Amino acid sequence: MSELLKNIFRFFIFIFVQVFILFKMPPLHRFITPYLYYLYILWLPFSMSRASIMSVAFLFGLSLDYFMHTPGLHAAACVLIAYLRPFVVNMLISQEGADKNYLSPSVTSMGWVPYFTYVFVLTVFHHGYLVFLEWMSFGSFLYFLGKVIATTGISMLLILLTELLFFRKEKFRTNTV
Amino acid sequence: MRNVFLFIRKYSNFLFFLLLQIIALSFLFRYNKYHEAAFMNVAGEVTGSINQRFSKVESYFHLKKINEELAAENLHLNQLLIENYGKPDVTGKLVLDTVQTDSNREIRKYSWMGAKVVGNIEGTQLNFIIIHRGSLQGVATNMGVVSPQGIVGRVVNVSSNYASVMTMLHRQYKVVVKLKNGGERGTVEWDGVSPQYVTLKDIPKSARVQKGDTVLTSPTSSLFPGNLMVGTVSEIVDDRSSNFYTLKLKTATNFFNIEYVYVIANAQAEEQMHLEDSTRKKFQ
Repeated sequence: MSELLKNIFRFFIFIFVQVFILFKMPPLHRFITPYLYYLYILWLPFSMSRASIMSVAFLFGLSLDYFMHTPGLHAAACVLIAYLRPFVVNMLISQEGADKNYLSPSVTSMGWVPYFTYVFVLTVFHHGYLVFLEWMSFGSFLYFLGKVIATTGISMLLILLTELLFFRKEKFRTNTV
Repeated sequence: MRNVFLFIRKYSNFLFFLLLQIIALSFLFRYNKYHEAAFMNVAGEVTGSINQRFSKVESYFHLKKINEELAAENLHLNQLLIENYGKPDVTGKLVLDTVQTDSNREIRKYSWMGAKVVGNIEGTQLNFIIIHRGSLQGVATNMGVVSPQGIVGRVVNVSSNYASVMTMLHRQYKVVVKLKNGGERGTVEWDGVSPQYVTLKDIPKSARVQKGDTVLTSPTSSLFPGNLMVGTVSEIVDDRSSNFYTLKLKTATNFFNIEYVYVIANAQAEEQMHLEDSTRKKFQ
């Protein structure tokens, strides 16, 4: 399957899982909202330009917002992590030129520790911004902090599970081609 | 001029990022302000039909419970039948007052319409449900919505076959209610903390309140007919600095499993609102 087709499928699957499985679960605690959908943006290929990553992220966030009836909320958070993604990748990429030799960020292309640092940093940014927008008009700082920390913990767990269940084998491609 | 272009080219990604953020945030704030964002109407049709298909599957799992609820409601209605009331005095005769069931528009104030819940958006600070009944079936914005257990919320957006309802668990939802015992009125809001509890404000301290007291809708709210169940008092916060109680209510409706709701149309709502507005204008 071509990379484009794969990503289009992922788009729908991530939205479906988020809306009809994760948001359907009764909440465990008021701090905990299980978010997984933004992993889609983290999985986008290295080769995409920043503008196109941001456009895709905007569309992706907006389509989730249609289901959640919060137009712009998730879209804003998605665009933020799409914008920050290249900075974080450049900082964490371990081997020289790994972003040319591999297709997309994954455990294989970056290594366990750098990959999960990358996921963790963007998760904190995503949840921080999302909760900030959600709580802007009310709530105390303690709630904000508690919710970001609890939600980040749950998201990291979900992402770890996803990475283990759907291990993506990345082919090594020489850049001489 | 050249420098301007160089600047734009150099920071094009950042500017694009700012542009998308501004679009997203303007969506967010505009929608918060006016609940009838135009584009939500179109989206409501699409996501509504997907939600409906999903809910068809999901509703099988709840059939037993729904049946029990419907049976309980039937029982309650049967209790009210005229045949159940008799007088030992044979000279008196009990007749059914036809005005109560008259469909004459001028007398009838509230009419009820059933609807199925096809989408339930929960877990965030802004909770909505989507019902499968829209403007073609007589639903309009600002109609009250109740479930068999208690009140649910208010219709905020209507497409031709679906409507979205802002539930009590929404930061901007407010409704006037009263205590069943004393009749004191107050306002119910949600503090965004727990989905089982809402806050009732502005109950004067002269009112006698106890834990477990019933709270009903007030007939002064044009949204609901009076005396519908809202919830029960679960905690009384005695604020010494004010003359009013703040009460914590346990909602009668369980927002996690509503499947059927009733939309209540008030035939005279517009007239009442018009009068209230014009009175306010006259004395300001």
